[in-house]
Amino acid sequence: MTMQRRTLLAGAGAVGAAALTRKARAQGAPMPRSGGILTVAADTEPRNLNPAMVASNGVFYVASKVIEPLAEMTTQGDGLAPRLATHWEGTPDGRSVTFTLREGVSWHDGRPFSSADVAFSAMRLWKPLQNLGRVVFKALESVDTPDARTAIFRFSEPTPFQMIRNAVPGLASVVPRHLYEVGDIAANPANTRLVGTGPFRFAEHRPGEVYRLEKNPSYWEAGRPYLDQIIFRVLPDRGAIAAALEANQIQLAAFSAVPLADMERLARVPGIAVIPQGYDGITYQLTVEINHRRKELADARVRRAIAHAIDRRFVVDTIFLGYAKPSTGPVPAFDRQFYTADVPSTPFDRRRAEALLDEAGLPRGANGMRFSLRLLPAPWFEQTRQFGDYLRQALRAVGIDAQIVNNDAPAHLRAVYTDHAFDLAIGSPVYRNDPAISTTILYESGLPAGVPFANQYGYASVDMDGLIRRAAGTIDTAERTALYQSFQKLAGTELPLIHVAEFTFITVARRSVMNVANNPRWATSHWADTWLSS
Amino acid sequence: MNRSARIVVLRLAGALPTLLIVALAAFALLEFAPGDAVDAYLAETGGDAGYAAELRRRLGLGGTAWERLAGFLLSLATLDLGRSVVFSRPVVSVIAERLPNTLLLMASTTLFAAGLGLLGGMLAGARPGSWRDRGLSVTALAFLAMPSFWLGLVLVVAFAVTWPLLPVAGLRGLTAPPGLAAAVLDTAWHLVLPTIALGAGYVALYLRTLRAGMLMAWQADHVRAAQARGVSDGAVLWRAVTRPALLPTVVIAGQNIGTLVGGSVVVETVFAIPGMGRLAYEAVTGRDTPLLLGVILSATVLVLAVNLLVDLLLARLDPRIGVADA
Repeated sequence: MTMQRRTLLAGAGAVGAAALTRKARAQGAPMPRSGGILTVAADTEPRNLNPAMVASNGVFYVASKVIEPLAEMTTQGDGLAPRLATHWEGTPDGRSVTFTLREGVSWHDGRPFSSADVAFSAMRLWKPLQNLGRVVFKALESVDTPDARTAIFRFSEPTPFQMIRNAVPGLASVVPRHLYEVGDIAANPANTRLVGTGPFRFAEHRPGEVYRLEKNPSYWEAGRPYLDQIIFRVLPDRGAIAAALEANQIQLAAFSAVPLADMERLARVPGIAVIPQGYDGITYQLTVEINHRRKELADARVRRAIAHAIDRRFVVDTIFLGYAKPSTGPVPAFDRQFYTADVPSTPFDRRRAEALLDEAGLPRGANGMRFSLRLLPAPWFEQTRQFGDYLRQALRAVGIDAQIVNNDAPAHLRAVYTDHAFDLAIGSPVYRNDPAISTTILYESGLPAGVPFANQYGYASVDMDGLIRRAAGTIDTAERTALYQSFQKLAGTELPLIHVAEFTFITVARRSVMNVANNPRWATSHWADTWLSS
Repeated sequence: MNRSARIVVLRLAGALPTLLIVALAAFALLEFAPGDAVDAYLAETGGDAGYAAELRRRLGLGGTAWERLAGFLLSLATLDLGRSVVFSRPVVSVIAERLPNTLLLMASTTLFAAGLGLLGGMLAGARPGSWRDRGLSVTALAFLAMPSFWLGLVLVVAFAVTWPLLPVAGLRGLTAPPGLAAAVLDTAWHLVLPTIALGAGYVALYLRTLRAGMLMAWQADHVRAAQARGVSDGAVLWRAVTRPALLPTVVIAGQNIGTLVGGSVVVETVFAIPGMGRLAYEAVTGRDTPLLLGVILSATVLVLAVNLLVDLLLARLDPRIGVADA
């Protein structure tokens, strides 16, 4: 609905807009109102705010309002809503993808947007410099621009159109060529003072205090955005964020900035809404990472026993207070393209766990323990740390003595992904809407030490590597999807790592903020249709 | 050479080795912490092996610890603090942004704590053992026992949420008010809650120190002599009891200011004030060696400067100080 309405609005202009608003009112939806300043909580200030170089949620949270991708995720239709591109099509051989670009778009400095900007962004930023693009666009050979409205991506190896489509919302943010073509891209001042085509212009950043974005009066979509300004207020303390929401000094806090334990209380405050939607497109997966170099853990029966020792329901209800789902495997249930529930499962069953451990030749010793190991919970979320405490107890119940080793973020990253100084670790990889982008890297062997959020587990399986390679080279969407479903089954059989729960984030907002959470990457999308009721 | 000049020279001579020791300790701290600035950054973004290698090359994180130490000492000798890794800017510019906020908070906290604390101390110490003394002493103890982050949050809930009188966070409003006077008032308004949260414990410290000093003084011979001479009660209280009891409070003030210029991570975090405490925390979690060194060195310089001022002030209050060295 939203998508068609938006496309129509852009084409039909004011007359169509008025007719549609009347229709919206007749349906009982309140009529959007222009104006107002939306103040939201921010907890990080990325040093490089350029989403074409750094694809991360911290960057997108601010930058997605200023710099737009070619297309955005939507729950409607085929899953992609047009932004800078209005149409996209891949050739059956997987050698090229053609993007038709939007007419009448200009950069915030007034220069016209064209296919040259897309070609430059792809070849000079996404492919060589971007944290995720370096992998997804590695076979991108050139981008042809036969005219200002057409960009043809040419690949040296067959590259699945499905993967490119899935990558576009997060990885294909377009920056202006005329500001980047001279000098060192990584040191460009526009990396912190953004210039884009989005509904908001970058106005100022007072370090440690605020980012201020202003309405772009010449945005390509007539009548948008509704808000005059968005102010990101840097509030490092989570208790203070809750207080600021209650005092209406901020109107919105995204990314679960308010502690889960406070949600219930805040939900009862008049004028405040707790909104658990709008993050499906950035689902995180709570996982137990396993070091296969440890001889006990190299035995699939032991890994299976650990999985059986975990009560996923308890984890979801107690640690996530219900704001999560138990995982069945490496693809979250949200993903309608790839998910299959038809995988080997490991339900909570302590007796089965103990039987498997006995079978693996690890009987309980004199102290009641079978063996002991080091458990490193990632420090990023309160839930990863709490799950570490839970897992320690759950393992103790089946006779495994886990010693928790706590680290801060850089020390954890170094210990697990470079030094391999762990037996079990608690991780939370992000699912990026295509197994080839975010997930197979957790299973394929042969990666050098130091690549984070990847298989540093010492797991090497001929079957798994073969399957991953075959899927990566498969262009046909149906065949590719089937291969990734086989991948999920094999992941469940070999169980090199254990997926426990899938969780997203929660937005807490004043009820005066309208059109919140209306797409699967809402917090990291453009907010052109967000408005404030009086 | 007169007494003050002598104190200045001696202190400055002692400062250089102190600075060097502090700098080396900070360098060692971050060298021995596991993980480097790139690990800290990758925790947010991820990235392949080439990406990590490219970042390390850009940030100059290659080489051995000795090479890095040599580079660091060289830049220190040339008074160049280098570039912050976390902020991708010169360390000096980052510190120049944060230091005024911390100095402002330090000044308001010291004024608040010393003003209220000394007043309370005098009221309590004037009649030791009275109900007024007991009430003030117990209240002071209670404030001393309250953690500042807790007090901060309670103040926010009370005076910004329940009764929305004061701002929740920051040192200035989101839109700059017109005119200098309005801007000063705006900042003063924002300073109220953080100053109370940070200063409450210090109020108690000043109060109890002054009171204890006065308690001692009341038993001193010169007080009894003054009373016997028939000097008025007010004059005894002020000149014979309070003035000598002020000396230890000046020493404490000096030490506290030293602590305050380092910034308070906790209060700066709760009230979202971009100051030196939060900066030091960000530098450690980002493994930003140049920035942490910059923060520590500037705090050290300030502490040394404040200590010098305190010594000079003490010399003025007590003519005996500094004579022995002369």
